[in-house]
Amino acid sequence: MAGSDLVLTGVTKRFGAFTAVDDLDLTVPQGSFFALLGPSGCGKTTTLRMVAGLEEPTAGSIRLGADDITTLRPYRRPVNTVFQSYALFPHLTIFENVAFGLRRTGAKKVKPQVEEMLELVELGQYGGRKPTQLSGGQQQRVALARALINRPQVLLLDEPLGALDLKLRRQMQIELKRIQTDVGITFVHVTHDQEEAMTMADTIAVMNSGVIEQMGSPAELYEHPSTTFVSNFLGQSNLVAATVVEKDEDHLLLDVEGSRLVAPLARAAALTGRVWVGVRPEKVFLAHTGSETDDGSNVLRGAVVTDVSFVGVSTQYLARLPWGQELMVFEQNTGARLSFRTGDQVDLHWMPAHTFLLDAAQDATAGVEREVAE
Amino acid sequence: MSTLAYRGRRWFSDHVVLIYAILVLLYMFTPVFVVILMSFNEPAARQTYQFDAFTWNNWTNICAPFQLCDSVAVSLKVGLLATLVATLLGTLMAFAMVRHRFRGRSAANVFVFLPMASPEIVLGSSLLALFVNAGFAGVLGFWTIFLAHVMFCLSFVVVTVKARLSGLDPRLEQAAMDLYANEWQTFWRVTFPLVFPGILSAALLSFSLSFDDFIITNLNSGQTVTFPMFVWGAAQRGIPPQINVIGTIMFLVALALVLGGELGRRRRQIVR
Amino acid sequence: MSVSAAHLGGGEQQQAAAVEPPQKRGVTGYILLLPGALWLTIFFLVPTITLVSTSLYDPAGSVETGYSMTWHWQNYVDGIRDYGVQFGRSLVYALLATVACILLGYPLAYAIAFKSGRWKNLMLVLVIAPFFTSFLVRTLSWQLLLGDNGFLVETLKTLQLLGPDGHLLATPFAVVTGLTYNFLPFMVLPLYASLEKIDPRLVEAGHDLYASPFTAFRKITLPLSMPGLVAGTLLTFIPAAGDYINAELLGTPTTRMIGNEIQDLFGAGAYPVAAALSVTLMAVIVAMVFLYVRRAGTEELV
Repeated sequence: MAGSDLVLTGVTKRFGAFTAVDDLDLTVPQGSFFALLGPSGCGKTTTLRMVAGLEEPTAGSIRLGADDITTLRPYRRPVNTVFQSYALFPHLTIFENVAFGLRRTGAKKVKPQVEEMLELVELGQYGGRKPTQLSGGQQQRVALARALINRPQVLLLDEPLGALDLKLRRQMQIELKRIQTDVGITFVHVTHDQEEAMTMADTIAVMNSGVIEQMGSPAELYEHPSTTFVSNFLGQSNLVAATVVEKDEDHLLLDVEGSRLVAPLARAAALTGRVWVGVRPEKVFLAHTGSETDDGSNVLRGAVVTDVSFVGVSTQYLARLPWGQELMVFEQNTGARLSFRTGDQVDLHWMPAHTFLLDAAQDATAGVEREVAE
Repeated sequence: MSTLAYRGRRWFSDHVVLIYAILVLLYMFTPVFVVILMSFNEPAARQTYQFDAFTWNNWTNICAPFQLCDSVAVSLKVGLLATLVATLLGTLMAFAMVRHRFRGRSAANVFVFLPMASPEIVLGSSLLALFVNAGFAGVLGFWTIFLAHVMFCLSFVVVTVKARLSGLDPRLEQAAMDLYANEWQTFWRVTFPLVFPGILSAALLSFSLSFDDFIITNLNSGQTVTFPMFVWGAAQRGIPPQINVIGTIMFLVALALVLGGELGRRRRQIVR
Repeated sequence: MSVSAAHLGGGEQQQAAAVEPPQKRGVTGYILLLPGALWLTIFFLVPTITLVSTSLYDPAGSVETGYSMTWHWQNYVDGIRDYGVQFGRSLVYALLATVACILLGYPLAYAIAFKSGRWKNLMLVLVIAPFFTSFLVRTLSWQLLLGDNGFLVETLKTLQLLGPDGHLLATPFAVVTGLTYNFLPFMVLPLYASLEKIDPRLVEAGHDLYASPFTAFRKITLPLSMPGLVAGTLLTFIPAAGDYINAELLGTPTTRMIGNEIQDLFGAGAYPVAAALSVTLMAVIVAMVFLYVRRAGTEELV
């Protein structure tokens, strides 16, 4: 364990009767790019604010390395924040905004440091302007510079790219990642945008209703979701009700409405009785009904294509199974695959290795995004 | 319908409100023009109030009418003092009401609102009733005017500063704290500079309310004469044109302050 | 790690708790509040109570001999009997002036909020600017504007809108004009503040949903500007009802308002009756304000 990991132990925050964060345990290793991902109201921002010292936990402790910072005032913590919508001081110039923290700590040689930092974020000639005279992307970089210049042990980012348009956001994601690699400071990034979290973070913690559902690298979370929420919130999933009928050393044999499917034991979050069988839409292939499969693929037969959307790199199908459930299938437009039309009779194939199993007690629609993300 | 006629109608319906608004503004300014004009008037007779002949005399002999400049001095003194006290107390109250929890907060809001909702004659006569009952009928004068002016300016200060303060994004102060400013530094480096324009406009408002007040002052002034009281007295006897000079000067000073502030704000934004 | 059901319906960007201003507990709040509250108590609350008790004193007393509390309710009866006409007149004049202020002020506030473009600040300054010329001096200039030799009277006579012996000055019209003029900014500023907050896209949405400009105004803009209209009406009506400067400078003895009478009675030392009239005025205004605010259906004052 490195010298200044950020460790949250049993942290709970209640606002009246509402529990925003519930008994949270979390370790953020020093120097990592850590994302707290979750929908609005999941408690991720509250968690961040407790680390910043802007909220005091109802219970639990927050430690930074060897120091307990749980009740430390915000200005005594070696932690800085890039606020949502930036919170730049409107009455101060860009230069003075960036110099603010250094001046408070009584640092020497403020001017060269600020100039250097403004160069780093490519705003060298903007030092004399006021925040309102800058574009959103520029303001975002000022907010970053203002926090980074203090060399905090942990930098907190609260939806830092939320106010930017899509193109600028993609650009800033790469930029942020580069800066983090350069300075080597621990970044804790709060976001509701799963793509943003996956692009930037080494480790993602998916939060829901005040607790962490699952934590791991982006690939791990995507390939091995352990709850229905995670499987739906990160990317999209097809979840089909099944029953475990047999189990051997490496595999589970399942029954889905009379079809036999196989899932690797390593990817099973539930082992007996009723389960959800999950598969990502891009892992599924369509074939005309009755076509033979060679390799022991999982097959669901007798489906009908009900919707076809062409989205450029891929074609997205909806296929209705005999019992009425619709599954998503994304086929890459490589030119090597057949294309299908609405009403075609099809079978759905996928590799057993791409199958995962989840606890059937969980809501299959948890984490499905109901509103369109900006 | 021809396009041209349609466009004409469209232009008119788009601009009719603006034209009407400019006419209303003209109406609001007409008396000001009269005041400026009359400041150059050489009155032929004492009783009639009309423009007779042009002269610079009123501007070169502002203090000629008996008591005029003394009354202006009294008004300035009361105005400055009342503004200072009302702005200070009102700002403290506004901070308490926006930033602190206390019992009876809605009662406090109503309490602050009531003086603004009372006719001046009622406020003035209440104060007079108090002073008379307390045996101060003989000492009415500068200080009773001051006490009264602070009272009615206070509510306006509280409302103005409160509006500014509650419009302040609390994240700015949190950002300051996050950047190593303690509570004291956060207040003086972030909160106060951002609320200051509100405090300044509250002070300007206070001063103009105080300088202009007649009804409350008239009831509680004893023998002291403020500028509005001088004008009132003069209106009964015959109006010396110098009061228009004072009116014009007040207008120009206030306009210079407001426009100067606005220009300064713009320049700071552009130059730096 | 526990697992819960569907996530909280995420509508808004972030939790509201995050952006509410921090409110501190403890005694500091009371300390900050104290001086101002004390001032208002001594010079507003106590005087109001004194005024009520003065209104019940024996009218036979005087400043020199002192007054005695005799619960003399007769003061109210006398006051209303002797000055009922002026009372009614005050309310009618104030009402007329308020209506005139709405007719002049609403379009002005609307134009500043939506049609002024980059001239917005300038127009706002122009609304406030006349204020800085003394109230009384401005009112006096209406004497000239409305005077018998004035441009306005001459024009109206030429147009045959005013008879050959017609006057404008020293008529109820002059008094209402003066009141309207003096309190117009109190109508415009709150209205502007309210209108400015309205998202113009709401009106566009109204047009999109087949509302004519008039309907869009009536169904969208007007209801949304209601808080400003209510505040403006109160800030105009209340001082207008108590004013006596306009009645005195622009009117005649037949246009005297209740303020003139209260002022004169205080001047003459008839404190109990004067106080009774003041209290009655206050009571009538409070009652009207209450009814009006209930009708207008807004709880928000200023």
